[in-house]
Amino acid sequence: MKELKIFGVVAFFSLLTYYLVEPYAHHAMHAKFDAQGNEIKIESHGFVYDGTTEAAASAVAISDLEYKIGKEKDAKLKASLEKKLTLAKDVQAKKATFWKEVATIGQLTGNAKAGEAAFASCTGCHNGLNMNMGGVIPPNLDHAGALYDENYLIALLKDPAMASNVDHKYADTMLHPMGSIKGTMSHQQIADVVTYLKEKKAAEPTAKTAFMEACVRCHAMRYDKVTQLGDIPKTKENIKTGHDIDAMKYAQKVAEEQATLAGYMGKLPPDLSMIIRARSEHFMETFIEDPQTQLPGTSMPRVGLSEAGYEKVHEYLMDIGDPSKPARDMAGPWVLGFFFIFTILAYLWKSHQWKDLH
Amino acid sequence: MAKIDKKAFPFSKQWLDDRLALTTVMKVLNTEYWIPKNINFLWAMGMVLAATFGVLVISGIFLLMYYVPTVEGAFDSVNYTIMTEVGYGWLWRHIHGIGASLVFLIIYIHLFTGIYYGSYKRGREMIWISGMLLFVLFSAEAFSGYMLPWGQMSYWAGMVITNLFSGGSLEAYSFVEWIRGDYVPAQAFLGRFFMLHVFLLPLIIIATIVFHFATLRLPHVNNQEGKEVDFDESARLWKEGTVESRKKSEVIPFSPVFLSKDIFVMGVYFILFFYLVFYNFDFAMDPVNFDPADGLKTPAHIYPEWYFLWSYEILRPFSKDVGLIAFAVAQVALFALPFIDRSPNVAPASKRGLFKYWFWTLLVIMIALTALGKLPPTDPVFAAMGLVFAVAFLLMGPALYIITKFEKKIEEGA
Ligand code: HEC
Ligand code: HEC
Ligand code: HEM
Repeated sequence: MKELKIFGVVAFFSLLTYYLVEPYAHHAMHAKFDAQGNEIKIESHGFVYDGTTEAAASAVAISDLEYKIGKEKDAKLKASLEKKLTLAKDVQAKKATFWKEVATIGQLTGNAKAGEAAFASCTGCHNGLNMNMGGVIPPNLDHAGALYDENYLIALLKDPAMASNVDHKYADTMLHPMGSIKGTMSHQQIADVVTYLKEKKAAEPTAKTAFMEACVRCHAMRYDKVTQLGDIPKTKENIKTGHDIDAMKYAQKVAEEQATLAGYMGKLPPDLSMIIRARSEHFMETFIEDPQTQLPGTSMPRVGLSEAGYEKVHEYLMDIGDPSKPARDMAGPWVLGFFFIFTILAYLWKSHQWKDLH
Repeated sequence: MAKIDKKAFPFSKQWLDDRLALTTVMKVLNTEYWIPKNINFLWAMGMVLAATFGVLVISGIFLLMYYVPTVEGAFDSVNYTIMTEVGYGWLWRHIHGIGASLVFLIIYIHLFTGIYYGSYKRGREMIWISGMLLFVLFSAEAFSGYMLPWGQMSYWAGMVITNLFSGGSLEAYSFVEWIRGDYVPAQAFLGRFFMLHVFLLPLIIIATIVFHFATLRLPHVNNQEGKEVDFDESARLWKEGTVESRKKSEVIPFSPVFLSKDIFVMGVYFILFFYLVFYNFDFAMDPVNFDPADGLKTPAHIYPEWYFLWSYEILRPFSKDVGLIAFAVAQVALFALPFIDRSPNVAPASKRGLFKYWFWTLLVIMIALTALGKLPPTDPVFAAMGLVFAVAFLLMGPALYIITKFEKKIEEGA
């Protein structure tokens, strides 16, 4: 039938345009390339931490430098590139050694009892007092065993800055706010504490708790009335003046915390209320696994969530940023069903009206 | 005063006819508004557009009840108040967003239908010109609406587009500031676009839709063969009312016969519409705009909504001044279509010799420009293609003039 053919043509050009401006353009926009123009594929690794993303980044950096050195004519620039190359190779070796050591610690059998004793050294900082230390508030560790990946925890206790892949920010990784831990624990102690966390601090957190332990020290969530200091407390305004002095005092405390945090991070980490609609699933997964893959040089540390931990945090981001999803899934089929029936009835009416026309 | 039946019961048919000529109005607008029989579903696109405009107005009214037009309040009023607190606020917002995108898809289909069947000439010039006016008004409406959520894309698209008014080397920055009411997009800018979006432009659009309908009245709509229908004779045959005479008649009344098809097409359209509302809305609500406006952080890629991409791409590949001129030409070129086309034929493109190839080339060029408008120009291949297609678009005007100048006249009945 002619009308169907015309419909086919219209649908073809509409879908072609859609494909070009949506999937294709977004792919092209977000693609990353090395110096030779080869695409660098950023993939998620199932929230396993073993130095893979670091090794891949080093490999690209080194091959980029080698390529540039090969093309550089100017002797001075060439020398400076070569210096950078040596540095990049040092970083590569350092990271490889680090993650190899983490793997050996992973082989040890930890003792939860001994771990509990050693954990006392952590509570000096992780004390639940909501006090800033070296730029940021040490997080609550009540569900650390459920939230964080085991290998990551080992790496963290060995060298926090290396584990979270922000060592480039520090001349000495001891300067990281939790950096004093570095070198103070034996491999066995590390294995013990991690075993302790995995056994005793592993109750399943709610979605919100997951966010509060893993992200809130940096990211506010204003659509859930959450700041870097946690839930905003309920306060009352003075009836006679209309001013809420407690709220103002609290706002000042938040502002001060944010200023300190911004000093530590170089900028105030963004509020994440709407982030789930502003970034793709793929971006979120790969970014949380290793922020450096998506924003090279960023100050956001890798958080070290396990896959289950990420699912919880993701659930909370969805609850706040895209709360209509359940309602959409519920109402969608009904509305579409209504229009299907409407269309069938309209077709019958049309057939009736056009019956004897030709 | 005219004769009035004093005994007529208030609000009865006779009573209303005496006062409002209701029967005559119904005839003029509906039952004796004649449409050629030989049309396909593409002729329903006009009514689909009217319906979509209606949906945009209604959903817009709901959004307007909660929207806050201030730079501090706008983002949260849309993303928090409407999306979270207001019951079904998300539904109205998604409907409004999808409607704004689909209205352009349908406008483009409607417009290319007009070009394909030659419906813009031989008495139909004013239909075309009023239609192009609607296109421009809808563009302004869509752009002003895009400013309102005050996200990153609102801010930076507003920045880039208002910058165009500096006129390249004219460096008329004071003019740009006059438009913005400030050095950068800020409160005055948002307030102005808010007023335009919810009041002035919709008002002008409604008036222009009425005008567009009025321009259809005398020339009537075209038909699949571009045949000149004898409307008086066909209308007489239809009104005779027998099955035989109606078969012979070449027309149908707008209501109910044409309308029944319109409504069926609308049904199919709304299935697509609500599928997108519920399950696939990102293309109409750009993720980047869910980041709040930040004048200190330029997004990696700034691009307009998809329906502006082709004209954006005509601007981009050239040097500043040439680009602006090309852009300006592209904006008005389509208005002139009825006068560039020198051929006397009103017929589907498939029967018009070289024009057939001209039509499909134009379509391909516009789609290519649309795609390239979003692809990063930092890629040398995309940049080169952008230049080629932009030049090709500009050459399509002279090409049409020459092609149609030599087009052979198609004899009626051949
Ligand atoms: C000197 C204070 C200090 C001590 C001691 C300390 N931490 Fe921390 N810890 C911090 C700070 C500060 C952070 C937040 C760092 C950041 O976000 O940059 C942190 C973060 C963490 C995190 C979350 C890391 C992430 O990347 O998500 C875990 C888990 C953790 N600490 C476990 C421990 C354990 C287990 C111990 C004891 C063996 C310990 N910490 C000892 C200060 C300390
Ligand atoms: C120690 C501080 C810190 C912690 C903890 C942290 N972030 Fe971040 N985050 C940052 C900073 C700083 C930025 C800004 C990065 C930039 O722009 O370079 C950021 C940016 C982001 C972004 C936006 C990236 C972009 O494209 O602009 C997302 C998404 C994000 N963080 C998610 C999370 C999630 C989810 C968690 C918890 C699992 C988390 N962050 C924990 C500091 C942190
Ligand atoms: C966006 C709002 C618009 C509305 C509501 C609208 C509505 C309509 C309607 C109801 C018709 C008659 C039915 C039909 O042929 O589809 C029509 C016809 C027409 N419109 Fe539009 N239109 C709009 C925009 C445009 C635009 C942007 C153009 C192109 C410049 C255009 C050009 C035409 C032409 C050429 C016809 C005559 C078609 C023919 O004779 O076959 N219209 N319009």
